[in-house]
Amino acid sequence: MAETVDGIAFFLLAFASIGGAVMMLSTRNVVHAAFWLLEVMLATAGLYLLLDAEFLALVQALVYAGAVSVLVLFTIMLTLRRREDAVRPFEPGWGALALAALFGGAMLLAISRAQLPIGAMPASVPTTADFGRVLFTQWAVPFEIASLVLLVALVGAVWWSGGDRR
Amino acid sequence: MTFGAPAGATQFMALSAVLFSLGLYGALSRKNAVMVLMSLELMANAVNLNLVALSRFTDPAAMTGQYFAVFSMVVSAAEIGLGLALVLAIYRQKKTIELEAMEELKG
Repeated sequence: MAETVDGIAFFLLAFASIGGAVMMLSTRNVVHAAFWLLEVMLATAGLYLLLDAEFLALVQALVYAGAVSVLVLFTIMLTLRRREDAVRPFEPGWGALALAALFGGAMLLAISRAQLPIGAMPASVPTTADFGRVLFTQWAVPFEIASLVLLVALVGAVWWSGGDRR
Repeated sequence: MTFGAPAGATQFMALSAVLFSLGLYGALSRKNAVMVLMSLELMANAVNLNLVALSRFTDPAAMTGQYFAVFSMVVSAAEIGLGLALVLAIYRQKKTIELEAMEELKG
């Protein structure tokens, strides 16, 4: 296995994700922004496939592109009283833009100077079966804690959004 | 980087930094609570991408970054669920989700 991935596929997926993020922030319609976020998440799933992380690509498509987008769209539609409310006034936020640009510039400078250890991919690429075997042995305790976190979040979300019954 | 040249860890980290900065800009500048939460998801997504890419290019056999990314996805899924539930609770009280309406603690 090579130490790099296919450049053309990377270029296309990077263009799709950055372009989707820019469109999400530049569109004035909140519903359109939610769909652009969905596009970014699908492009990221493609990047995971490029990085030989098939299971993560599947989880990304199921959780982010599936569940989170539906949640976001439901919340947008439940909190809009009129159709026109979806269109927002132009809010550039120049201070936030300057801060984010400064942060991004500093990160890119640091990345361009970073010296990374290069690891070689073994002859047999780890598959989803290997991933699951290690997940349920070495990472079993974090896995159980994660299920607890999800349970608490589920109960909390129902409690908070549950209306005026109590 | 020329078009079509093979991509390594540096390219993935640069992409992740750009996505994170875009999410940061959105989280700081938007005045709609749902847009802020969507920008937070963008930032979490960039972090996950960085974890998976560094794992792939430095120690691909151990897949440590992939496990970190899975648990990070769990936390950010919990966060978006709770965040949107809070948005709904606030909407029920105030009939708006503009962040300007939530300034009771402003000095």
